[in-house]
Amino acid sequence: MSVLTLTINGIECTGREGQTILDVIRENNIPIPALCNLKGLTPVGACRLCLVEVRGISKLVPACTTKIQEGMFIETDTEKLRTYRRILVELLFAEGNHVCASCVVNGNCDLQQLGFMVEMDHVRFDYLWQSFQIDASHPRFVADQSKCVKCTRCIRVCDEVEGAHVWDLKGRGIATRIVSGLNQPWGQVKECTQCGKCVQVCPVGALFDKTATPSEMVKDRSFLQRILEGREAKLWAR
Amino acid sequence: MSKYKYRILVCSGASCYSLGSNSFKKVIEDELAKYGIRDQVAVINVGCLGLCGKGPLMLVEPDGKIYTNVSEANLPEIVEKHFVRGTPDERNIITRDDPFYRKQFYIVLKDFDKVDPASLEQYIATGGYSALAKVLTEMSREDVIEEVKKSGLRGRGGAGFPTGIKWETVAKQSSELKFVVCNGDEGDPGAFMDRSVMESMPHRLIEGMTIAAYAVGATQGFIYVRAEYPLAIERLNKAIKEARRAGLLGVDIMDTDFSFDIHIRVGAGAFVCGEETALIASIEGRRGMPKQRPPFPAEKGLWGYPTLINNVETFANIYAIIENGGDWFSSIGTERSKGTKIFALAGKINNTGLVEVPMGITIREMIYEIGGGIQGGKKFKAVQTGGPSGGCIPEKYIDLPIDYDSLKQVGSIMGSGGFIVMDENTCMVDVAKFFMEFCAEESCGKCIPCRVGTVTLRNILQKITEGRATMTDYRNLKDLAFAVREMSLCGLGQTAPNPVLSSITYFEEEYLAHINEKRCIAGVCEIKSFDTINSYV
Repeated sequence: MSVLTLTINGIECTGREGQTILDVIRENNIPIPALCNLKGLTPVGACRLCLVEVRGISKLVPACTTKIQEGMFIETDTEKLRTYRRILVELLFAEGNHVCASCVVNGNCDLQQLGFMVEMDHVRFDYLWQSFQIDASHPRFVADQSKCVKCTRCIRVCDEVEGAHVWDLKGRGIATRIVSGLNQPWGQVKECTQCGKCVQVCPVGALFDKTATPSEMVKDRSFLQRILEGREAKLWAR
Repeated sequence: MSKYKYRILVCSGASCYSLGSNSFKKVIEDELAKYGIRDQVAVINVGCLGLCGKGPLMLVEPDGKIYTNVSEANLPEIVEKHFVRGTPDERNIITRDDPFYRKQFYIVLKDFDKVDPASLEQYIATGGYSALAKVLTEMSREDVIEEVKKSGLRGRGGAGFPTGIKWETVAKQSSELKFVVCNGDEGDPGAFMDRSVMESMPHRLIEGMTIAAYAVGATQGFIYVRAEYPLAIERLNKAIKEARRAGLLGVDIMDTDFSFDIHIRVGAGAFVCGEETALIASIEGRRGMPKQRPPFPAEKGLWGYPTLINNVETFANIYAIIENGGDWFSSIGTERSKGTKIFALAGKINNTGLVEVPMGITIREMIYEIGGGIQGGKKFKAVQTGGPSGGCIPEKYIDLPIDYDSLKQVGSIMGSGGFIVMDENTCMVDVAKFFMEFCAEESCGKCIPCRVGTVTLRNILQKITEGRATMTDYRNLKDLAFAVREMSLCGLGQTAPNPVLSSITYFEEEYLAHINEKRCIAGVCEIKSFDTINSYV
């Protein structure tokens, strides 16, 4: 595997062939926002927060799905990107009903962190105030659609890691919702193994433990790497 | 042929069909029988005759007269006057010299007025499948690609990517299995070019796809048609079956060792499924959502195999390139946009319908010659090209030649060929709102800028048209439009703000009048009075 050299924000870095721009950015501890991306899950390039500028390419490219190439010049923090990222985060806040004070992940939320990161102090667009549903039919977990950012991490982890494919999307545009089973209440979906992976990878308070009260829920994503590496190394092979 | 004195060619395009032309054939034949001249006149259902706004249409050969606004009720009179007495009533008749037809140049639509869409024999009688025969017996794969490259044909789906290069990319992939996909998911409001081709000349599409398959080394093809086109689906299905029976599809086509077959996939009707990666997902049976490119479908498409995706009109051009040569094709059109383009003329124009014109024709010629001018003698204001992804072109560019690059320069696109003409009574903010509403509804919901951005843009436009917006809203509208354009994942989101941005460029005063003077210049928008509310603030 050959090593490639590239320049990120004026600093020369190296990466291995096949790595994505985001991998290299993270290895070099350069701060970059990302919501849909989670190490271990297939990148989908949906949240558009990790868009970067690459010299020679007129369009912005998503760092999570773009492979590095020798001699790339990448900028992750230009004025343009800062402006656009803030607009994106504002749109996310305008889309859902994100009331941090009453949220179970208040203080431990990826979206809240993003708000700080892009220095958002208010949302310039009108809130959409959509009506959402809360599904508390599951014995252990709750799904609160009003907090969902459609990052599809739950869908991917359930499909790719747990192999149950409980979650999927329905609807189009702003009416897009995550659904469990065949649009059944989560508690009635027989395929759900109650493993809680979806809850742990959810970046916001859309999926949470039934017992959690505001600010209590801390999500742990380290399990994902442990499981995937263990599988790779056949640690649990019979 | 010679045994008939006349041929009556009844348009069976969807527009005329829905106005009753499907029953004309029988009525005419019965009438003819009454006068005992049934054997002197051939009655044939043919493809689209173009002038849809004046349909149902009926062409009489050899006179070259086209009856407009025909109905079952006036057929007996037409038969009696024209075929019995030989004195046709000229009031509802136009000829091929009509300005609508004069400037048109047919490649894709050639012979649409001659053959029955359902008949393989008639297609072959007009020279059909001879291009395929030539390719299979005389040309190597490289020759075919070379000819297409030489022609300068660019994708007619809208983006205008050079077709020959795309073919070559797929041909060079070293995969055992390759696919050819025809994108027939025409979803633009006001567009019906691909539908007309599929309905009127399904064999021309099959021939083009088969030639493409030979050139790139594919064995399997799919035509992706939207479910809203039942007539197209029906005729394509029939055409595919007949082609298979005649050995023009399937194993060892024309007794050569080349095999290729086509299947139809019916899409449930999502605008986003016109985007190639979403279209592939839909064919695979998954939710129609686009994927980040690269990898492009040419490398990894259907089920991970190299896939050639072209639009209906692109494939329908191929036979002519093979028959007449790439050089002939590239002699038509402009320097960088070769050949012809089909447009669906719609809006406030006298002649609405389907036209095929050489690239480089001006907007003025389209509107005032082919289109017959603006309805009611009103003033032309703007034309929207390229559907919801396109832009509005104002009157000052009326002499702009229509080609890929010129349209792009003025902030619009060719798109698949929608051409919606607007008169002085059109409010441009309202138009932008209409297209934004369409895009917001058709967004797949995958990426944030498109999912939330289009809705927010629409809401701001709504506020402007209601006279509730402030200059802050207007600034937000512009910032957001740029953000959505630059950040969205696929073409739908990237082009969705085009109607907004182009109307702001050319009609900013209308936006400002709504916001500052609470007035709609065109008198379309209902500005509500908010004085009472404001007095409390």
